[in-house]
Amino acid sequence: MAAEFQQQAIALASQQSVLGWLNDAREQGQLAWNTHAWPTRKTEAWRYTSLLPVENEQWQLSDTASDTLPQSALAELIEFDAYRLVFVNGQLRADLSSDLPASLVLFADANADQQSVIKQHLNQVADQQVHLFTALSSSLLNQGALLHLSKNQRLEKPVYIVHINDKANAKVTNARLLLVLESGAEAQVVEHFFSTDDQDRGWINAVTECSVGANASLRHHRINLESEQALHTGAVHVALAESARFNGFTVANGSRLKRIDYHIKHLGSGSDLQLNGIYLPRHQQRVDYHTCVEHVVPHCTTTEVFRGVIADSARAVFNGRIHIHQDAQKTLAEMSNRNLLTSDQAQVNTKPELEIYADDVRCAHGATVSQLNDEALFYLTSRGISEAEARVMLSFGFVNELVEGVELEALQQWLRPRIAHMFGQSDQLTRHIIHE
Amino acid sequence: MLTIKDLCASVEDKEIIRQLSLEVKPGEVHAIMGPNGAGKSTLGNVLAGRPGYEATSGSVDFKGQDLLDLDPEIRAREGLFLAFQYPVEIPGVSNMELLKAAVDARRSHTGQPELSAIDFMKMAREASKAVDLDQSFLKRGVNEGFSGGEKKRNEIMQMMLMEPSLCILDETDSGLDIDALQVVAKGVNAMRSPDRSFIVVTHYQRLLDFIVPDYVHVLANGRIVKSGDKSLALELEAKGYSWLEDEVA
Ligand SMILES: Nc1ncnc2c1ncn2[C@@H]1O[C@H](COP(=O)(O)OP(=O)(O)OP(=O)(O)O)[C@@H](O)[C@H]1O
Ligand SMILES: [Mg+2]
Repeated sequence: MAAEFQQQAIALASQQSVLGWLNDAREQGQLAWNTHAWPTRKTEAWRYTSLLPVENEQWQLSDTASDTLPQSALAELIEFDAYRLVFVNGQLRADLSSDLPASLVLFADANADQQSVIKQHLNQVADQQVHLFTALSSSLLNQGALLHLSKNQRLEKPVYIVHINDKANAKVTNARLLLVLESGAEAQVVEHFFSTDDQDRGWINAVTECSVGANASLRHHRINLESEQALHTGAVHVALAESARFNGFTVANGSRLKRIDYHIKHLGSGSDLQLNGIYLPRHQQRVDYHTCVEHVVPHCTTTEVFRGVIADSARAVFNGRIHIHQDAQKTLAEMSNRNLLTSDQAQVNTKPELEIYADDVRCAHGATVSQLNDEALFYLTSRGISEAEARVMLSFGFVNELVEGVELEALQQWLRPRIAHMFGQSDQLTRHIIHE
Repeated sequence: MLTIKDLCASVEDKEIIRQLSLEVKPGEVHAIMGPNGAGKSTLGNVLAGRPGYEATSGSVDFKGQDLLDLDPEIRAREGLFLAFQYPVEIPGVSNMELLKAAVDARRSHTGQPELSAIDFMKMAREASKAVDLDQSFLKRGVNEGFSGGEKKRNEIMQMMLMEPSLCILDETDSGLDIDALQVVAKGVNAMRSPDRSFIVVTHYQRLLDFIVPDYVHVLANGRIVKSGDKSLALELEAKGYSWLEDEVA
């Protein structure tokens, strides 16, 4: 069955009109995809997340962008001054996109130099032997975007990449982003995924690779707020050179299948990683974050904080691994995962893992699972606040610190009400936590 | 204002309040003293409607309503305020958010127009000044990392903004330094009015020098065993509680 699914994907790949210069990469991807053993329930990395929603569907490549988007979809865009690329069902919508700087191009528009940058870096940061859906992404490789900043180049504005899915029934979209920052370069990037339709049953497989050069600094945000019918698989792969910095933020609701992997490698000493994440599944949704941070060299630091609020009958998975290789002396690594279950049916499987092969390191990790605090609930109601509003305030309060930690002000302001509305659907319940 | 008749209440099936009766008229200040574990906080919690604190018999009338019938948030909106003996820390919810939500709830319940964000901010700043808390406390998480004394002053700030008709202060003086005690007492005294009443739970006669009560009650073993005027507090300070327990036994 599974092998059959893998074959189907390859068959799909052959249907697209392709960029010839990516043939090699695509072939390698297909090879990797075919040699992956299809996950079963015994496969550790997929233990709590079922792939049936992708297996049980006859997928077509998504190849048409809707000409008209409802006004409500445009209203979902984050309003800020940015270099904006908008894709609808995987197709670029130039009319919704902004003028782009020379450093930002679609694969299809890449000049010879840019093509060689792409060929040089693609699948160098990501290991497609390890990451199943990255291999799939490479097998279907065609569309994609490259941001290439040369030495010491600083982008004036953030890059804002939007993927909108629109009633894409059983359509699969393959999104690929390659961020290459040469030494000393600086950029801010926001990747934003959403659906225009509650019933959108599309699947987006979105792979991002970030090569962050020496002393370069990348602030990266990934916002996954698709319909609860939509499927999302994807990964963010990061390679950090000497004294490079990666500041990552991610937020996701859940859906029938939502699996996001972060894989970060400290490859140059003195590099620094800060990764914050929030997951907020409700109803019957599923969400699964797998993070892996590898300290390969000495003197690097990692601070990773993930928080989840799991409501109704939703289920979340957090698997956070920090792997400290033998040479990675003087590593400082901290990971914390806290979960709030707001209903008796909500579930989370959390597994922080530290693997340490160096002896002179400072590492800490912790995971907690709790319920709404009765004392706090009574305290708020004793101040005249309704129990319903108190629950919303406490749920929001659980993740507020991470929301306030988003330094891109426009994004923070945009997020606040959207997160609040996941906890309380009426304005009455959210109005006191939405403020400037 | 408040009429408690033969109230019995239990926590986790353990009877704590036994046949307690108390009448508080508008404008009055009642002090409740008594040994540790007597049931003073339990009484406050039962009146505020804390889940798990169950009245098993007797009645409580609050401004003409059956108090025990109301949810805790409705009691608060009706004007009952409990300053907690141990205020709760709520990281992630700012003091300001709590205060605005609380005051909006109380005002809309009593048919007053909602305050604009700016007007409210002004009021909150004044209140924080009145209890000698820096304005930065408004932005911090509710009681998060506050010192013991700061938490108590924060309770009084909430009370000032909510303008309750019945204020129950549960050991608000405990852990306060002498200056803070005066700040709190000044705040309370400024709020005294003919249509607002106070129940002040304390272990220390000293507080009652600043907040002068009309009545002093001794609560022991779940009931009021003696009532008197403010001189009773002085007597307790000198003699302790054991003579009373003997008297009752
Ligand atoms: N949630 C609870 N679970 C079990 N027992 C409780 C609970 N709350 C109160 N009690 C018990 O009820 C009794 C009265 O407690 P309460 O806190 O009312 O005393 P108090 O008079 O306020 O004492 P203190 O002066 O020390 O504050 C104590 O024996 C206490 O252990
Ligand atoms: Mg007490």
